Amino acid sequence: MDRTPLPSLDPAAWSAPPAVHRWRGIALAVGLVAAAACLAGWLLDRDQMLRSWLVAWLLWLGVALGSLSLAMIHHLTGGAWGLVIRRQLEAATRTLPLLALLCLPLLAGLPAIFVWARPEAVAHDHALHHKAAYLNVPFFIGRTVAAFAIFGLLAFLLGRWSRQQDEGGGAASGARMRAASGLGLVLMVLVGTFVSVDWLMSLDPYWYSSLYGVLFLAGHALSALVLAIVVTWLLAGHAPMSTAVTKKHFHDYGKLLLAFVMFWTYLAISQYIIQWQANLPEEAVWFQHRTHGGWQWVALAIVLFHFLFPFLLLLSRSLKQRMPALAGVAMLLLVMRWVDLHWQAAPTFSPDRLALHWLDLAAAVAVGGLWLAWFFHQLAKRPLLPVNDPHIEEALGHG
Amino acid sequence: MSTPNHGPELHGLLAEFDSASQLVAAAHRTHAAGFRKVDAYSPFPIEELAEALGHHHSPVPLLVLGGGLAGAAAGIGLQYFVSVVAYPLNIGGKPLWSWPAFIPVAFETTILFAAFAAVFGMLIVNRLPQPHHPVFNAPRFALASRDRYFLCIEAEDPHFDRERTRQFLLSLSPTEVTEVAP
Repeated sequence: MDRTPLPSLDPAAWSAPPAVHRWRGIALAVGLVAAAACLAGWLLDRDQMLRSWLVAWLLWLGVALGSLSLAMIHHLTGGAWGLVIRRQLEAATRTLPLLALLCLPLLAGLPAIFVWARPEAVAHDHALHHKAAYLNVPFFIGRTVAAFAIFGLLAFLLGRWSRQQDEGGGAASGARMRAASGLGLVLMVLVGTFVSVDWLMSLDPYWYSSLYGVLFLAGHALSALVLAIVVTWLLAGHAPMSTAVTKKHFHDYGKLLLAFVMFWTYLAISQYIIQWQANLPEEAVWFQHRTHGGWQWVALAIVLFHFLFPFLLLLSRSLKQRMPALAGVAMLLLVMRWVDLHWQAAPTFSPDRLALHWLDLAAAVAVGGLWLAWFFHQLAKRPLLPVNDPHIEEALGHG
Repeated sequence: MSTPNHGPELHGLLAEFDSASQLVAAAHRTHAAGFRKVDAYSPFPIEELAEALGHHHSPVPLLVLGGGLAGAAAGIGLQYFVSVVAYPLNIGGKPLWSWPAFIPVAFETTILFAAFAAVFGMLIVNRLPQPHHPVFNAPRFALASRDRYFLCIEAEDPHFDRERTRQFLLSLSPTEVTEVAP
């Protein structure tokens, strides 16, 4: 067995390499250029800009919330896979303040996005009138603030205890993180379901699917795993992480990615089959809008590249152990996460006619660039490994 | 198969180890020394062990894939035959060939056939069930299902030599090395 000497477990030995600062700079530059384009878009076509921004914001919100979920799952289940990516996940959860900030344009322009936020539309629609007790602007903003407060508190507490563990807090921090994660995962599913109903399902306020929240959260976990895989692959090219990351870890991430691809597909196909089978007008019309006039090709692309190709590729054991190959599949999945969100949101404004605006791409790059810059900034703040975790030696293959 | 140079009365040499990591290290060195007819025994599965012994490709995954594809074809074929050919019924105005409705059953038959292929394929590839194996002749071998780890270099190996192989195994610092009667 290739027994390299045990890497040092001194926190100072695990500070981020200079490359992280370079990546932060690149992300920030790209993000700012795209954000400037979005600002121009705001002046040219405010409604389109907000609709594009919504999809972009939901994509990167998903990465942050999914990271929070994965970090909590790891606190509860343990396992070598989680310790090597824990700092990446924690840094992603600390981007929630930025995401709250990036949400402000959306909150300011709700009527451009949601039909229930337009008083003249509600006045002439019986169903919307009845749903106004829930779907109204002040309550919507209140729910969003509450969701950010709950997720933010969880991220803050888990991050703080993790730092205390680094400083020698040992067993007490571990027990606190486990307890908070148990409660936190319950909250994640409950609050996440509300977020999915509010921000995505209510785009079409007549349509409903009780499976939607879990599907939304499964997509988040997938996005978060993608980020963890790509960043770990980047970090593995530089000291100090090059001494910690092995192909065994990547094999684990590949297996998890395969599992989440299958979980997401299982939920997506369940939702489709149930509504297709029932064929009720108010449910079926949602799929009708998304499978005609060009949108059917997007749906087909989602089946092929969000499920079939990644699924078949990830079956291969040797692919899962090759970091660049796995990172490639992961990046394809991140693009498909955006395609999936676009396919869910954009037909609301263009049913039966395929629509892709340049602002859709600019917004995704703008939010992504700013988000990644913030993420790398947070990542560089702490040691890249939780060196005082009781299981760290095991996780590095020296158990 | 080359003729062994030790006489026919030996199945192989069995080395006993105290821990899984010792066994894996020994397996690596045995493979590096050129031995290919080697088997290892442990109370629980050890992931690195098969690779350490040089077993890279098992045909079982391909069998499972074949089983899964056959299961999917069987599931879809069965439903097609029932709904379209044998007993066509108009259900909710949907076409007879309503493939989305066939997915759940086809999914289940895929899993079922793949699982059968995995279990029976594994048994066939391992040539199981095998009522007796010479390695049980070693007196302490029963401990392989408790807390001891064994590595056996078989006499069929072209590099096998009763004395030199014993010296090699002793160099891996096992707790003991025994001869296994055929």
